[in-house]
Amino acid sequence: MEFKLNIGPHGTDDRVVPLKEDVLYDVIIIGGGPAALTAAVYCMRKGVSTGLVTMDFGGQLSDTSTVENYMGYSYITGVDLASKFREQVQQFEIAVVEGKKADSIEDGREKKLRLEDGSVFSARTLIITTGKSWRRLGVPGEAELTGKGVAYCAICDAPLFAGKRVVVVGGGNSGIESAIDLAKIAEHVTIIQFLAELTADKILVDAFSAFTNTTVMYEHEVVEIKGELRVESVMVKNRATGAVSELDAQGIFIEIGLIPNNALVKGLLELNEFGEINVDCACRTSLPGIFAAGDVSSVPFKQIIIAAGEGAKAALSACEYVLREP
Amino acid sequence: MAIFDDKVRKQIGDILAKLADRVNLLYFTQEMECGICKETHEFLNEFTSLSDKIGLVVFDFVKDRDKAAHYGVDKIPAIVLLDKNDNDAGLRFFGLPGGYEINSFIQSIFEVSGLKEPLPAKAAEALKKIDKDIHLQVFISLTCPYCPAAVSAAHRIALESPRVRADMVDAGAFPQLAVKYNVSSVPKTVINETIEIIGAEPIEKLIEAAAKA
Repeated sequence: MEFKLNIGPHGTDDRVVPLKEDVLYDVIIIGGGPAALTAAVYCMRKGVSTGLVTMDFGGQLSDTSTVENYMGYSYITGVDLASKFREQVQQFEIAVVEGKKADSIEDGREKKLRLEDGSVFSARTLIITTGKSWRRLGVPGEAELTGKGVAYCAICDAPLFAGKRVVVVGGGNSGIESAIDLAKIAEHVTIIQFLAELTADKILVDAFSAFTNTTVMYEHEVVEIKGELRVESVMVKNRATGAVSELDAQGIFIEIGLIPNNALVKGLLELNEFGEINVDCACRTSLPGIFAAGDVSSVPFKQIIIAAGEGAKAALSACEYVLREP
Repeated sequence: MAIFDDKVRKQIGDILAKLADRVNLLYFTQEMECGICKETHEFLNEFTSLSDKIGLVVFDFVKDRDKAAHYGVDKIPAIVLLDKNDNDAGLRFFGLPGGYEINSFIQSIFEVSGLKEPLPAKAAEALKKIDKDIHLQVFISLTCPYCPAAVSAAHRIALESPRVRADMVDAGAFPQLAVKYNVSSVPKTVINETIEIIGAEPIEKLIEAAAKA
């Protein structure tokens, strides 16, 4: 039995205070991943009044099984690293709202951040570190059958598909990792890959090739997911011939990458062609006083260590802005 | 065989050192323990040995059927959380809260021990208006990083309202229930057999859904 402990000691070590609606903060950070938590530590050490609004602590890091390329640790679980980040933030008297989603931003000299529950907080600068989420296919049946056989988290849901026929969409690293997890317990796994080859790392493809209960359909795409109360079949199209066929399946795992969580700033900030917030080399966005960092920003390469570094940079830029613009 | 390795044992011990009031756990198993019942029993023995503020009373699901009925325990392994005065706030864990679920288990114990932030005013008000019995069943898998949040939200509501009972149900330990409730994605919360919520929602949303049940 494994225990993935990610809560720290309660009470005295935790100096966090609630975020207040009647205070004008110097900086409010939106998000809770490596970029957000690093920014929080930098802001608190600079001595600016800081708020953090996040759904959770850790972000994508919490769903990462192991990390072997964050300096200082040759091997650490994502959960452990996230809890270390959290502890480092909580040693400061930072104002936090946890478990609530930011809904909209009103720009101005004082920026207003409205949350889904209607509360409104004010700050002179904002740092957007909302990260990325799973990309959806956007085909008929997907939304209706989500949670009824359409799944996005193989580590969460794979155990529920023991002995069943499943489809995995995507031949990249996350697709092949999911296919391996599923092939261990499912009756059969079919990978639907858009391209003519798998793009996952060789070490994963080799591990996947060892299973005999699998099929890969190259140059195919999913056009519809069918089922009444639960997934019953998946319609796939051959991209070369245009021929459509129907696959019997009780589950479909969608592993086709990530999209930026940009709903909060759409129409407000300039985005690039991928929907990421355009930032310059100092993490400045198209609006003065609003900064962005990590996976939601246009910085190339989405890595924990890069997100953390960008978070530090965004924090220093925001602190400089606060000092310069009285 | 030890359930916790030295590192986890120390971590949990350090966390539990901060408990406020005593918390009493009731564990329902049976004489001929199934694999997971035995493992859960060992887990609880070790876990409760890490704090002198956590009590453990073991019941036999068959012999103590009156107790089982009293606490609404209809399957095992089952853990019931009681406060220092043995009051039942309606918090249950069906299955072994291992993997990621150790976090919701510790969180719920802390809240029962009296260490909790007040609910937001609007949420507390909405919860007060609920005037019927609500049963929340949160289906989880132990490898799901999002599930503890769903369990904690449901347990928090149960703790605040005498009309609400909230269960963590490990879909892996109770596959027949996973089939019955068509669970193919976790976390999935079933409210009074009628409303289903997929994914971890904030407390406000959960109360809103419960009000419609």
